Amino acid sequence: MTVQTKVYPDAAAALFDLKDGISLMSGGFGLCGIPENSIREIVKQGILNIHAISNNIGNSGRGLALLLKQQQISRATCSYVGGNPDLEKQMLTGEVNATLVPQGTFAERIRAAGMGIRAFYTPAGAGTLVAEGKEVREFDRPCVLEFPLSADYAIIKAQKGDPYGNLWFQETARNFSPLMAMAAQITVVEVEQMVALGEIPPEDVHLPGVFVQRIYQGKDYENVTEFPVHRD
Amino acid sequence: MSESSNQHGWSKAEMADTVIDLIKPGSSLNLGIGMPTMIIERMPREKHVMIHSENGVLGVDGRPSQGSASPTLINAGKETIAIGPGASFFDSATSFGMIRGGHIDFCVLGGMEVDRHGNLANWMIPGKKVTGMGGAMDLVHGAKQVIVMLSHCSKAGKCKLVDQCALPLTGERVVHQVVTDLGLFSIYRGQFKVEQLAPGVTIEKLGMAPELLA
Repeated sequence: MTVQTKVYPDAAAALFDLKDGISLMSGGFGLCGIPENSIREIVKQGILNIHAISNNIGNSGRGLALLLKQQQISRATCSYVGGNPDLEKQMLTGEVNATLVPQGTFAERIRAAGMGIRAFYTPAGAGTLVAEGKEVREFDRPCVLEFPLSADYAIIKAQKGDPYGNLWFQETARNFSPLMAMAAQITVVEVEQMVALGEIPPEDVHLPGVFVQRIYQGKDYENVTEFPVHRD
Repeated sequence: MSESSNQHGWSKAEMADTVIDLIKPGSSLNLGIGMPTMIIERMPREKHVMIHSENGVLGVDGRPSQGSASPTLINAGKETIAIGPGASFFDSATSFGMIRGGHIDFCVLGGMEVDRHGNLANWMIPGKKVTGMGGAMDLVHGAKQVIVMLSHCSKAGKCKLVDQCALPLTGERVVHQVVTDLGLFSIYRGQFKVEQLAPGVTIEKLGMAPELLA
């Protein structure tokens, strides 16, 4: 009996079926923990009309901003655009239709999609533009009804992963990645280090492999630090 | 400090120190992007404050040395940080669960406007500038005490402590305290209560209508 493997040789192989108009989640906070290889591959493929779902949609001209520069993104769902001049510009010109979501609501909507939660109420955004057109219900305070956020694909990066897709993230590179992996139809993971099954101790698995459909060994990581601040 | 005789107002470092005095020892604290990040370097270790950054870390401990800086160890301002003993990492949903669930005692945010009811605006200027709200809308409802740190006046000389916010709100009736370069204020029954004035500052120099002040 053969079991189909989740392991792909590289980004091109793992992202073989992307099409124009897909919704695409991408992990990372600013440039920390972004799937560099998958982004480079999507730039190369040149698919258009992407609905990008990511906290920042790139930053400082890097990450998903590479897709913005090529006008590959037509819709964006994100929480923060400061530090991303490409997105700010395309939002103002109307090239990108951007929806700003409070960051905790953004994370929870993605989590809800992966966890089978159909809706939830949160105080974030009550009494602001975010609540416009949404149901607001009074609990201990007014709360806004929010719905899950899913996607066709998620591209994420982990420090370590095994062939089943069990993942381990380094430091603050975890951020939205495990949530997005749970929320997408097809989750494509790139890792800095592919390890054997069992090498990540079960207690230390940050994301169980059941949420991962494809995994490959990444290469040529830049791991850019946006604002290096030191004490010396 | 040696020039205190003709000093007018607080420096950013002194504003940070004024905020630090408000933070109870042993509490948990979230720091927003911009001016509040200065608190990271100035927080005395003996206060044992657990600093949270919403990108997924609790236990921020100052800045790294050149040699120990890691591109995967940053705060929400995307600056490199160091962590102390007892620190932990987690995903963004857990991070905002800590905030929304009321587990974070204090948060310090930057601001564009605060009004006398404790409304805060800090995420967009219609037609001009959109930074996005980031985690601010979650923080203002989740943290037990919300402190806003901002310059007292705009570059055009307009006071940012106002009767009613003109800019789109981040949250309604959420601010507890405001620290500017001119003083420390509490929101108290629909007014700004002056708790402390910076050196060389008088009530008249605040540029605020008397009915705004308690």
